[in-house]
Amino acid sequence: MADINTINKDFADLFNQGNELLLEGSSDVMNKTRKNAFQDFAKLGVPTRANENYKYTNLIPAFDHPYNVNLRYQQVDVDLNEIFQCDVPELDTNMVLLTNGWYYGNNKELTELPKGVIVCGVQEAAEKYPEIFNAHYGKYAKTDDDGLVALNTALAKDGFFIYVPKGVVIEKPIQVVNLLRSDRDLMATQRNLIVVEENAQAKIIVCDHTLTHHKYLTNSVTEVNVARNAIFDLYTLQNQHLNSVILNSTYIRQESNSNVLSNTISLYGGTIRNNHHVILDEEHCENNTFGMYLMDRDQHVDNFTSIDHAKPNCLSNEHFKGVMDDQASGAFAGRIFVRRDAQQTQAYQSNNNLLLSNDAVINTKPQLVIDADDVKCSHGATVGQMDEDALFYLRARGIDEKEARQMLMFAFAHEIIDKIRVEPLKERIDELVDKRLRGEISKCNTCAIACNH
Amino acid sequence: MAKEEQDKILNEVTESEYKYGFVTDIENDDIGKGLNEDIIRMISAKKKEPKFMLDFRLKAYRHWKTMKMPEWAYLDIPEIDYQDIIYYSTPKQKAKLESMDDVDPEIRATFDKLGIPLDEQKILANVAVDVVMDSSSVKTTFKEALAEKGIIFCSFSEAVQDHPDLIQEYMGTVVPIQDNFFAALNSAVFSDGSFVYIPKGVRCPMELSTYFRINAENTGQFERTLIVCEEESYVSYLEGCTAPMRDENQLHAAIVEIIVKDNAEVKYSTVQNWYPGDKNGKGGIYNFVTKRGICEGVNSKLMWAQVETGSAVTWKYPSTILKGDGSSSEFYSVAVTNNHQQADTGTKMIHIGNNTKSTIISKGISAGKSNNSYRGLVKVSKNCEGARNFSQCDSLLLGDKCGAHTFPYLEIGNQSAKVEHEATTSKIGEDQIFYCNQRGINTEDAIGLIVNGYAKEVINKMPMEFAVEAQKLLQISLEGSVG
Amino acid sequence: MLSIKNLHVSIEGKDILKGINLDVKPGEVHAIMGPNGAGKSTLASVLAGRDLFNVTEGEVSFQGKDLLDMEPEDRAKEGIFLGFQYPIEIPGVSTVNFMKTAVNEHRKYKGLDPLSASDFLKLMREKKSLVEIDSKLTNRSVNEGFSGGEKKKNEIFQMAMLEPKLAVLDETDSGLDIDALRVVANGVNKLKTRDNATIVITHYQRLLDYIVPDVVHVLYDGRIVKTAGKELALELEEKGYDWIKEENGK
Repeated sequence: MADINTINKDFADLFNQGNELLLEGSSDVMNKTRKNAFQDFAKLGVPTRANENYKYTNLIPAFDHPYNVNLRYQQVDVDLNEIFQCDVPELDTNMVLLTNGWYYGNNKELTELPKGVIVCGVQEAAEKYPEIFNAHYGKYAKTDDDGLVALNTALAKDGFFIYVPKGVVIEKPIQVVNLLRSDRDLMATQRNLIVVEENAQAKIIVCDHTLTHHKYLTNSVTEVNVARNAIFDLYTLQNQHLNSVILNSTYIRQESNSNVLSNTISLYGGTIRNNHHVILDEEHCENNTFGMYLMDRDQHVDNFTSIDHAKPNCLSNEHFKGVMDDQASGAFAGRIFVRRDAQQTQAYQSNNNLLLSNDAVINTKPQLVIDADDVKCSHGATVGQMDEDALFYLRARGIDEKEARQMLMFAFAHEIIDKIRVEPLKERIDELVDKRLRGEISKCNTCAIACNH
Repeated sequence: MAKEEQDKILNEVTESEYKYGFVTDIENDDIGKGLNEDIIRMISAKKKEPKFMLDFRLKAYRHWKTMKMPEWAYLDIPEIDYQDIIYYSTPKQKAKLESMDDVDPEIRATFDKLGIPLDEQKILANVAVDVVMDSSSVKTTFKEALAEKGIIFCSFSEAVQDHPDLIQEYMGTVVPIQDNFFAALNSAVFSDGSFVYIPKGVRCPMELSTYFRINAENTGQFERTLIVCEEESYVSYLEGCTAPMRDENQLHAAIVEIIVKDNAEVKYSTVQNWYPGDKNGKGGIYNFVTKRGICEGVNSKLMWAQVETGSAVTWKYPSTILKGDGSSSEFYSVAVTNNHQQADTGTKMIHIGNNTKSTIISKGISAGKSNNSYRGLVKVSKNCEGARNFSQCDSLLLGDKCGAHTFPYLEIGNQSAKVEHEATTSKIGEDQIFYCNQRGINTEDAIGLIVNGYAKEVINKMPMEFAVEAQKLLQISLEGSVG
Repeated sequence: MLSIKNLHVSIEGKDILKGINLDVKPGEVHAIMGPNGAGKSTLASVLAGRDLFNVTEGEVSFQGKDLLDMEPEDRAKEGIFLGFQYPIEIPGVSTVNFMKTAVNEHRKYKGLDPLSASDFLKLMREKKSLVEIDSKLTNRSVNEGFSGGEKKKNEIFQMAMLEPKLAVLDETDSGLDIDALRVVANGVNKLKTRDNATIVITHYQRLLDYIVPDVVHVLYDGRIVKTAGKELALELEEKGYDWIKEENGK
């Protein structure tokens, strides 16, 4: 097995040798950021378990593989719009596709979006809307802190860009479908930017999945800025195959009176690492961060979250739940920061896990770092099994044991699904999770949403 | 009461000074500053140790040289110059003491001031005391009474001379020399401490107690406690610590090892009141302690109870390895930090045996500009069936310049485990104070009442005599009049 | 209908029931009374099949079948209903889904087709009005956030839905105010037919003012020490349990 130095050196070679391709087609701001990011990466490298934040996820096996890297957009020869048609009743979305981290060239035009809303690729946005783009790009995901962010920023070429202007309310969710489709093992770098302006409202659903059974590694970074009084939802559905690696870092900054809900649902993926950072940068923000993971076989999931109460009078709710079966391993780290003088903070965090097999492992670190006194903060974590009393209660009403267990497991997961603010999506996920818990979908080959295909 | 007035009282309450900060004028025999193999040989020679001890020390020292000070704690520690410390200092005394009357009157005066009844009147109090000043054990009371039951309670140095086989068998088995930076340092240079051996089937009839005091200037204190409880035995052990006020920081790096065999039970209580530094953060003890017990036997029990009010910096995680089937451990802690104190403390519960149980109750109280962190690990190993843990870690903030942090780690590798962690952070509610005011209790007393009520769950776990002292200390460290 | 012979039960090696004998016929209402710790709730749990308890001796037959041999769900489908002393809260499981699953399991057992959604909702409405249950209770998760009284009413509602042959109501009156007590008792009385039977387990006589028993048993220290008509309940109310204890040498 390669050691970490070899892996880091390979990236250095890639950066140096591919420099011309990296610079080509990207804006000056992207390229300038790229250079600094690479210097940071040279210092940080791919995080190892010696790094306290990556204590429970070993990334060396994930990176130790001869992936192909596309530094240039490769047209996928079939019409993905044809393959991908969302058939969920009533879930009417504005859908765009990305392939291997790039904004798909043949995306249908989104004609129903309100005026001024922009949905396009990052490369295109940097060129066409430099004022918006440059004001936000690289401002929230800092490259000097996490090697994965540094690496992403150094290699970033494309991704999706969504802009919602002041006062605009988008009723229909925007659905971003990230497809991995290649005839060779592939590492994709995807860099996204979402800007929601004052009093605007938007809901975004991001679905990750794989179209072929090659080994994939995706290192994606999403930056989000939510301005005053805006309401923003971000739903992430991770449904890839067992041979894939999802490294997904999200950085959300909130301004005063904004309201953000994110819900990350991990159904399938070989190794999943979600870094979820929120900074409540002005007063009276509300943040809701939820997540659920259902893991079996040799899958690994690690949700690492940080909610930073930088200013007073904000509220945050965080709740992650997981069900672990077979040899699956999971980790959760939640860190709530309450900065000095961020008085009147309310911050709640909880992580609950069900272990279904003796070979499954869960490591959880719910943490509070509190430097203000007039706060209400609590956190809790539990690891356990199904409630035997509840099980008996169901059985005493005539429900057989298997079904009773299924009901309780579903109920356990449902608490997170219930937080989804898009009704048809909620129903769809309920159905999907029910199936997933019954072992009826081993791996959905297509989108989690459009899984009848 | 007006908000400003409440704040004022809160400030008074939280800006108190250390009450145990006197220096005793005793002549000390020290070996000069610095650390190298020659110093270690000198320590070992001065203590007339057998060869296995010197080998142990040198091995530890050589390992220590390869190690770095740990940085993961939520502590801001200035660099420590390990060559600027005196590693061995002992009060000069004539020959060995025969009776209590032979103890240096100055030392006795010191202990009187500390309120430790070293005299024979201790018989009434039923507490046997070993006193460690700077690095050496001064006098162990009640040795004979205990010996009748086969109990050994003596200074570590004496144990090395009189019971080398026991020391050799158990020393370093729970905290190996390479365990961590401070454990390695202690293993290299420790000068004294206490040794307790409870034979099979014996319930120790009295509380055993050790008082530690750092007195001399520029010294570090490195003591070592070893407790071995044979099958079906029981002991309750108490440990108290104080140090004089000095402008420089002083280093304390101790090791406690406890071995609990089948059906045996140990209660280990600590009241830690090392000098915390002054209001501006000057001086104070750096307290880096490795305490660990192993519940080796079936159904064995180990309880830790601690009240931590002192030290400029505390780095301490009393831990239990639950190896025997059905063994259990409890950890009760109150940690108070005030002014510029920093504490990163908690516990580790390592579940290995089947049907093992652990309970963690931690109460942090932060005041002034201090930082108070709970850090704890609950680990259930893969083949451990039926493990149970419940942890509750609460933080109370007095004032808006302090910090309260919670860093639990739960590592669970068996599906039959049931592990729960809860934590809350709160301040004393104005409504609580108002409620007290309305019943005629002034704000200062109200804060005292509330803080003591908050800590009660832990203090109740301590032996009576200690509980009273602990309660007093809580008051003192938050201000003399609180309570 | 139910026949218990010489039933001995222990938990973790401790004997709780020490030879219970009891016969219940269709149409009968039996009350089992007794001081705390007598083993009343244990008896109820054992009948429903809680596996915390070990049956060390004796037999229980229900409609000619060996009850002790059955899984809890099969006992339920055979027609045994346990009204829990402490109904369990099950967050995330809606009462509707819960009841629908249970009703259809019962139907399947009887060889009937599952109810359609609309028939099921209709049935729910009927039963709700029968037992005077507030409709909003059924919109929530099972027992979650219910008050003590609401939980007990919900038990009676479930009993109405499942139409058991034998209902065992474990301390159904505990924690109820007089209005809730009346609702619960009315529900039980309305559900009573010539073909079903009820065992009411209670500490106090109060409930028996509303649900009039045919037979009253006193359970003490794991045995039924006295059996008589409903007047026994009044006697117990008046004299307390001490005389029972004295008679039985403790």
